[in-house]
Amino acid sequence: MTDVPKILHAPPSAAAPLTDESEGMRYLERLPRKLVTVYLPLGIIILVLLFPFYWMTVTAIKPKEHLLDLDSHSPFYTLSPTLDHIVDLLFKTDYPLWLWNTMMISVVATVLALLASVFAAYAIVRIRYRGAQWVGGLIFLAYLVPPSILFIPLSTVIFEYGLFDTPFALILTYPTILIPFSTWLLMGYFKTIPYELEECALIDGASRWQILWKIVLPLAVPGLISAGIFCLTLCWNEFIYALTFINSTQHKTVPVAIVTAFTDGDQYRWGSLMAGALVGSLPLVILYSFFVEHYVSAMTGAVKE
Amino acid sequence: MPEAVIREPAAAITAPSLWSRLKVNRDWLGAWFMLPAAAFLVLFLAYPLALGIAYSFTDARIGQDIWSAPWAGIDNYLWLIEDDPFLLAVFNTLFYTFVASVLKFAIGLYLAILLNNHLPFRAIIRAIVLVPFIVPTVLSAIAFWWIFDPQFSIVSWSLRQMGVISTNIDFLGDPWNARWSVIFANVWRGVPFIAITLLAGLQTVPPSLYEAATIDGASRWQMFRYITYPLLTPIIAVVMTFSVLFTFTDFQLIKVLTNGGPAGATELMATLSFNRAILGGQRIGEGAAISTAMIPFLLACILISWFGLQRRKWQQGEAND
Repeated sequence: MTDVPKILHAPPSAAAPLTDESEGMRYLERLPRKLVTVYLPLGIIILVLLFPFYWMTVTAIKPKEHLLDLDSHSPFYTLSPTLDHIVDLLFKTDYPLWLWNTMMISVVATVLALLASVFAAYAIVRIRYRGAQWVGGLIFLAYLVPPSILFIPLSTVIFEYGLFDTPFALILTYPTILIPFSTWLLMGYFKTIPYELEECALIDGASRWQILWKIVLPLAVPGLISAGIFCLTLCWNEFIYALTFINSTQHKTVPVAIVTAFTDGDQYRWGSLMAGALVGSLPLVILYSFFVEHYVSAMTGAVKE
Repeated sequence: MPEAVIREPAAAITAPSLWSRLKVNRDWLGAWFMLPAAAFLVLFLAYPLALGIAYSFTDARIGQDIWSAPWAGIDNYLWLIEDDPFLLAVFNTLFYTFVASVLKFAIGLYLAILLNNHLPFRAIIRAIVLVPFIVPTVLSAIAFWWIFDPQFSIVSWSLRQMGVISTNIDFLGDPWNARWSVIFANVWRGVPFIAITLLAGLQTVPPSLYEAATIDGASRWQMFRYITYPLLTPIIAVVMTFSVLFTFTDFQLIKVLTNGGPAGATELMATLSFNRAILGGQRIGEGAAISTAMIPFLLACILISWFGLQRRKWQQGEAND
């Protein structure tokens, strides 16, 4: 109905450079068509992607007697939410300890990995020693070596070094997963920093060390945040090393502990399991919500570079 | 006064000590800067990788180091090649990887194209889409465990209420149901990663190409086939390599959801090697042989990725830097 006037009133795009905000060919799309081809499938996919979390949350706050009784109360919502499961989790189990272990190990491993990666990336991109490109390629290859083929020999190595069943077993092995990724990402960031800045500093008598700390790093803060957030989620997510190298309950991390803790023989305590999964994911999701853009740039940067 | 200023640098030039020459030597500096990363990667990645291959030729038990382990030659491999659970695990791994990767790619690309439309609140939608990828796999696997419960599954219940089925679906108890259930969970977790990375690729495609194609009368499919797809190929190659690699070596999801059951129907090579080497008989040698058997496949993936990267450089005329 309003086809013609719309075209006539299309904003003159010659005045401004073409950006995402310009109308482009969008005037060709009509709402009803878009409703079926875009919004409906998108809605379905998002529903499926989010349902497990919704279900997790609902289960975590349902009273115990409603959990296994799907027929007398609608299972999709609860009118009498309770914090029983979460209270049980926090005060009757070692859950806070596991959460602390997870956080401590993730943060320390991330910091170690970032430090090592900053030096490595700077050396590969800017010091350009002989064979730097080869080393860059090798680091990319290291990224492609999955933990599931390393954990068996690594467990004997950990045993030999006397690290078995200590937090150090994880703190020292996690960086091997993180360093290749973050080095690769930081190399991309360092490349964007103009050479001239460093040359000026060199002329002024700065050492490489000073250049790295006082010029390059402050400029690469977004890259550091991206790498840090991504590393943190990788550590939090890690399972196979934590399962293999840690034996005693008080050293376990959340993912490993939770699977064994809430199953009394054949009886699963679904409420506590779901509460545990929910509480274990929340810190990451909250952190993520503050740094979405950094996280996305880390993910795409690692692929694009 | 001017004389003093001139004399100062002259003195410095005459005596460049070994130390001051080393300080500006690129190789020397580079070696020191590489040291921390190299130490981690050699001690905990390269060394175990080599050690694992060495172990696969021995009959080592847990706690035995490589030198005291009895040498077994290729016995482990000869034994594995006739070992039915191993062959089943190889089949499961290939099936799981292939089906899950194809589904992840198809749905991920579709989702990326949907998100590339002009949408209100696109940033928020993108953030939401990525949540399954943020939440640790084990924790979302626990949610799926509950969703796939044989008695109290919400899916069975809903379908029963709608009258589609009369008895509960045994999601994880029946071999094929279990395979499809773990594939579903894997796809669910993998789609966001693929969609968001491909979306980043899509956003670099200049809109003017689509405008030109529209004027030339191209259909939507032709635009996809002749503009989007060729420009996206390099990034697809890399993303899918990662996806295939991590699906092939998947461990967490299977360990939590089925632990390889029922009757080995969802046992993957990674979980089998864990069961053989760490749990069960603690036969490190055999477990290492299973892990080593995964390496040829990984190499194939890496080569594909390598050529994907090369092709991208070639397309963009980028110097090898």
